[in-house]
Amino acid sequence: MSAHRLSSGGLVDRSRSLGFSFDGLDLKGYEGDTLASALLANDQLLVGRSFKYHRPRGIVTAGSAEPNALVMIGKGARTEPNTRATVAELYNGLVATSQNRWPSLKYDIGSLNSLLSPFLGAGFYYKTFMWPAAFWEKVYEPFIRRAAGLGKAVMEADPDRYEKAWAHCDLLVVGAGPAGLMAALTAARAGLRVILADEGFRLGGSLLSERVSIGGTAPSTFVETILSELAGFPWVTLMPRTTVFGWYDDNVFGAVEKVQKHIALPSLDLPVERLWRIVARRAIMATGAEERPLVFGGNDRPGVMTAGAGRTYLNRYGVAVGRKVAVFTNGGSGYQAARDLAAQGIDVAAVIDGRPAAGDNLPNGIRLIQGGGVVKVKGRHRVGGLLVERSGFEESIDCDALLMSGGWSPIIHLACQRGAKPYWSDEKQAFLAPDVGRQLLPAGSASGLSGIGACLRDGVAKALSALASLDLTATSPDVPDVEGEYDASFAPLWYVPGARDKAFVDFQNDVHVKDLGLAQREGFGHIEHTKRYTTSGMATDQGKLGNVNATGIIAGMKGVSPAEIGVTTFRPFYTPVSFGAMAGTSRGEHSRPVRRSPLHGWAKKNGAVFVEAGLWHRSSWFPRDGEKGWRQSVDREVMNARTNVGLCDVSTLGKIEVFGNDAAEFLNRIYSNAFLKLPVGRARYGLMLREDGIVYDDGTTSRLAENHFFVTTTTAYAAEVMTHMEYCAQVLWPDLDVRFVSSSDQWAQMSLVGPKARLVLQQVVEDDVSNEAFPFLAVREVTLKGGLRARLFRISFSGELAYELAVPAGYGEAVADALMEAGRPHDICAYGVEALNVLRIEKGHVTHNELNGTTTPDDVGLGKMFSVNKPDFIGKRLSSRFGLTAADRLQLVGLKPVDKAKEIKAGAHLLKEGAAPSMTNDQGHVTSACFSPALGHPIALALLKSGRERFGEKIVVWDKLRGEEFVAEVCSPVFIDPDSQKLHQ
Amino acid sequence: MASLIHCPHCGSRPKEEFSIRGDASLVRPSPSASDEEWHRYVHIRDNPKGRYKEHWHHAFGCRRWLVVERDNFTHEVFSVTDAAEAAKAVQA
Amino acid sequence: MRYSALSILKQAFSGNRGWKPAWREPEPKPHYDVVIVGGGGHGLSTAYYLAKEHGITNVAVIEKGYIGAGNVGRNTTIIRSNYLLEGNEPFYELSMKLWEGLEQDFNYNAMVSQRGIVNLFHSDGQRDAYARRGNAMMIHGVDAQLLDREQVRRMMPYLNFDHARFPILGGLYQARAGTARHDAVAWGYARGADSRGVDIIQHCEVTGIRRENGRVVGVETTKGFIGCNKLALAAAGNTTTVGRMADLELPIETHVLQAFVSEGLKPMIDNVITYGAGHFYISQSDKGGLVFGADIDYYSSYAQRGNLATVEHTIEEGVSLIPGLSRTRVLRSWGGVMDMSMDGSPIIDRTPIDNLYLNCGWCYGGFKATPASGFCFAHLIARNESHNVARFLRLDRFERGFPIDEGGKGPQPNLH
Repeated sequence: MSAHRLSSGGLVDRSRSLGFSFDGLDLKGYEGDTLASALLANDQLLVGRSFKYHRPRGIVTAGSAEPNALVMIGKGARTEPNTRATVAELYNGLVATSQNRWPSLKYDIGSLNSLLSPFLGAGFYYKTFMWPAAFWEKVYEPFIRRAAGLGKAVMEADPDRYEKAWAHCDLLVVGAGPAGLMAALTAARAGLRVILADEGFRLGGSLLSERVSIGGTAPSTFVETILSELAGFPWVTLMPRTTVFGWYDDNVFGAVEKVQKHIALPSLDLPVERLWRIVARRAIMATGAEERPLVFGGNDRPGVMTAGAGRTYLNRYGVAVGRKVAVFTNGGSGYQAARDLAAQGIDVAAVIDGRPAAGDNLPNGIRLIQGGGVVKVKGRHRVGGLLVERSGFEESIDCDALLMSGGWSPIIHLACQRGAKPYWSDEKQAFLAPDVGRQLLPAGSASGLSGIGACLRDGVAKALSALASLDLTATSPDVPDVEGEYDASFAPLWYVPGARDKAFVDFQNDVHVKDLGLAQREGFGHIEHTKRYTTSGMATDQGKLGNVNATGIIAGMKGVSPAEIGVTTFRPFYTPVSFGAMAGTSRGEHSRPVRRSPLHGWAKKNGAVFVEAGLWHRSSWFPRDGEKGWRQSVDREVMNARTNVGLCDVSTLGKIEVFGNDAAEFLNRIYSNAFLKLPVGRARYGLMLREDGIVYDDGTTSRLAENHFFVTTTTAYAAEVMTHMEYCAQVLWPDLDVRFVSSSDQWAQMSLVGPKARLVLQQVVEDDVSNEAFPFLAVREVTLKGGLRARLFRISFSGELAYELAVPAGYGEAVADALMEAGRPHDICAYGVEALNVLRIEKGHVTHNELNGTTTPDDVGLGKMFSVNKPDFIGKRLSSRFGLTAADRLQLVGLKPVDKAKEIKAGAHLLKEGAAPSMTNDQGHVTSACFSPALGHPIALALLKSGRERFGEKIVVWDKLRGEEFVAEVCSPVFIDPDSQKLHQ
Repeated sequence: MASLIHCPHCGSRPKEEFSIRGDASLVRPSPSASDEEWHRYVHIRDNPKGRYKEHWHHAFGCRRWLVVERDNFTHEVFSVTDAAEAAKAVQA
Repeated sequence: MRYSALSILKQAFSGNRGWKPAWREPEPKPHYDVVIVGGGGHGLSTAYYLAKEHGITNVAVIEKGYIGAGNVGRNTTIIRSNYLLEGNEPFYELSMKLWEGLEQDFNYNAMVSQRGIVNLFHSDGQRDAYARRGNAMMIHGVDAQLLDREQVRRMMPYLNFDHARFPILGGLYQARAGTARHDAVAWGYARGADSRGVDIIQHCEVTGIRRENGRVVGVETTKGFIGCNKLALAAAGNTTTVGRMADLELPIETHVLQAFVSEGLKPMIDNVITYGAGHFYISQSDKGGLVFGADIDYYSSYAQRGNLATVEHTIEEGVSLIPGLSRTRVLRSWGGVMDMSMDGSPIIDRTPIDNLYLNCGWCYGGFKATPASGFCFAHLIARNESHNVARFLRLDRFERGFPIDEGGKGPQPNLH
């Protein structure tokens, strides 16, 4: 037993014991522990395995930069891989499991990789595994993939809730350490809306790990005093457990709040995590500094950790990381660790200072080795002593833990996420945040300061500066004196020569000093190349611990300043963010809203089967008892519409009301056919083009009054057409007097189709709907029996006598019911979009299957709708380009299989008989296909090269994808009633 | 690009409320313009790096088309104006 | 030096001290036969094939940053040849064939992994569109399979089959598609070109294109003037900026596309998957990270970074498709700037200016094209005529009315 809980001290609540398990072992911790502190308190030094060599690894940090202590937390569908034990708040019932090891954490077969390490240097895989070629996917890669990866995702549906929110504030303070607290206090007292966010579950940051006296009180007392004052301001929001992960344009910050990650069984009344977009007028980055590890042989042994982490476990959690602890440092942090340990009665084996002369005071009896370096850490699964070299002499040091300090790196991540590069400071021996303007100011140790007093004062100063940039002033709070501060200065010591074991730079990815050297020798000298070649900085900690060391080491190899090497690009996310939080509620069935027609209820009670059509749920067909399969229902619906009467919900069409003195002129410019002279009370089929001459959308447009038109669009393009029309009206022709509004949701629209449609309609409508009074393409506002006003259109998509009746949406179901009732003696039946599609294919009408974004009006047989007389309309000019008028363009045709039993499928291609399949020989493709009940065999619409000249030709329907190849006859795309007599009956 | 857009009609609104079309400096040629001019209008883009005017549509707001003048490298927004006003100015 | 298991063995026993630089760092010569602007995947592969296929080795590749800094190192590593149109499919299939022999060809393991791609469909209309595409592939002799819902479920049981907003009806599968280690592609081509005599000149920015009598004679750079007989632009993302130096007017808009990687996870996703009900694609790298992406940010941008709304949207799509992702974590996001063309397809062509050759407009699709792009561009530069499979990728196709518009979206670049 080496690491252990002290009998007193720290900020854990010893009266509240929490049970948890690690790899099946039942352990105890206290409220206020992290999983890491609780593991250490139970002397669990071995926590994980590294990525490549599967080396045994312990806990290196006490915070979010942790590269080694990654575990799986949770059970079943709540299992979370790769969770950093150092930031996981302990709760009763927490289940943690180690990962990336087999068969067990202690005996991991993968650790044999270490023996092969001379062959596994940086980029070794680029140089081999190439022979024989077929072996990569079959042998090498599966092996590599199984060995790689860290934790295991359970791939079950997440049982918990997530949500997203916006927050707005005058000042966002990121980090609730000394600088952040004072910044927040300064701004809060001035009445600003302040958000104080910190990733920790207890606000206070580094203050919670310190033993100093602030204004005569303990740091934790000082923190509580400030927090209680802040909590009293209604304009201040305190956000613990909230990581600000990204800085985006306009000073918008992304943050994730862990709402219930510290609860074994989260309540479904609350989210487990909440994504915040925080809009901040000003922000202060009080994110602190990261302590750099030293790079020496065996620096990854469990029980080696940063000095600051050792102090945090000691002072905050009351956990000593060993019974006899050695310290290896290049600055004051290591000395403070020794003093803290000694104060708690822990034996300090020695302080090894890499600097030859510098030093600090140490309690009596602690041995100081100046100018020495650790070259090896003994032991395997835990520290078993050190080998220290000084002036060519080696010495063994007996110890069971080692604290190391390689200096400090300000945490400047956020400020560097939007393109600005950090700069190297020789004075601070660190990369500092670039000046990114007044919107985001670094404060405290994030700006390179050291010392609690200095950070407290800087927090005030930066808040005043932020306020001043908003033309606000504030009074400066009194900054209390701090007693017991230590000198945190350090001298560069990038790596320790003479290593007897691997000296790791990136712990998790097992990148060691020799890998960096190899990358330089092989030409991967640019820091971004070094990263990509060695994977240094690409692990889950994204180089928080290793990147600056890598830069320093490379600079040393090249004999240049780290300024010339630079660091790799900082990008979101500061720490990894769960997919769950980013997705929020938008998942599964809720990934998009569902749109239901006003006739949805009517369709449902008539037995409709629904189908997703974009956002809509549309009635697809209406099966009846005894019908076997959808085809039987659809055939019946089609034949009934052709012989009796059918009713179909067409409410999903886009509907736009157009008003204004120039409404006709406007429509005339956006349609390829003429609209100026459309009489009031008439409808016209219209074709809209894109400016490049390709068909955009189609629909019928009616003139309800001189200056009032009613435009319909296809269901799919309703929103796009509205946007397009707004663009044309506002940007292209702002001088036109035209206004429009979408009324898609205001109308329930139903299509009454078939030879008996008029008989049925007349029973519901007061007005005369005879052929004479209401001919084909007539439009009129009518009165329904009972007094409801409605719009009636005599238009047809099916080729039958047909009407579309539009009523206010809320009346839709009642009117549909009335039509069904009136139609009962005439054998009316509802039909859905499947039958609608069959009816239109039989009639040769096009949809977006044919208007596929590459076809011209002429391609689809609508050349007559391209006005040659109008001087200008959208798409006119570019229609005359050579390629759009070429003779061999694809043209709309019909197809009938020669063997009538053959079903043509959309997506099949067409070949000349006897031609070999090739792209050059490809003649076109089938766009729409169905079984035609009217003809009694399958039919199809197709786009065929020069198709209109080829009616009667036999052509091969080539559908190898589905194993079909047979002959069909090319014919007119209009299969029924080619003279359209039915429309005028 | 900007996380927030100051719509001249609706105030500061999240970018998600807007849809984006493209270059706002294009002026639709007259019917009598040459084929070359029409081709350039539809297909050729100046595409500068830096200051740039772009058409945005406040689709989930006032449904007005806007001209957003901004820097397409720093993503700084300089101004947002109603596109119809801009178009009228060009035509005048 | 040749890479092999033996060379690794030998080096291992000599402390790995004998490895040589993968490429030289030469100073530019005063004049080259061909200067290629852009040390990305396409520029480097062009140099490689100029040297290897055409014996043209007096070539410089000029890169303003470090090689592979652009989109070849910023993509989601997908390779595939599942295109619809005659202008594209034969070209991308040539690329796929080159991928299949690439590593042995340039003696570098780029981890080309043919793990298959499935394009999911969620409606009858989408199925028909994919059937048309699958038949187009097969008519060109390319492998394609139409999977039904149960076949997809057997391959990818973790997809959202039971609680999806848009049901998965099936997928178009190309088994030969897959992924490659993107950085290694750039390095492999660089090393192969360098070993054949090509000068790769990093940290050298082109500041001007010098013309005499209407012909290009060289480039002004931050390392001085470099003369050339032929100048080839392969600077996707910055094509307009470089092209402007020669007064080129281009059908290009520059946009930013974000990409993402998760924390490392044990193998869970074997194939490349694209979501048909939203724009989302994902695969898992050999290292264990889930690599994924979705739409561009839609606004014009030259910044290699995007915004949170697109990040959220991408991940919403991901969780909707694969519910089990919810409790995994996204590690890093980044952005690449790309040439979005007017029809979504690229351009490999001569220009109206003598001696100036253009390779641009790759939209989202540049990475998978890397081998064929270099192969065909080298062909064009060496012989002054288009390679047969690139003959449709012309600069004047818009003016002439022959767009290659796979999606039918028309001349609005951010829709492609």
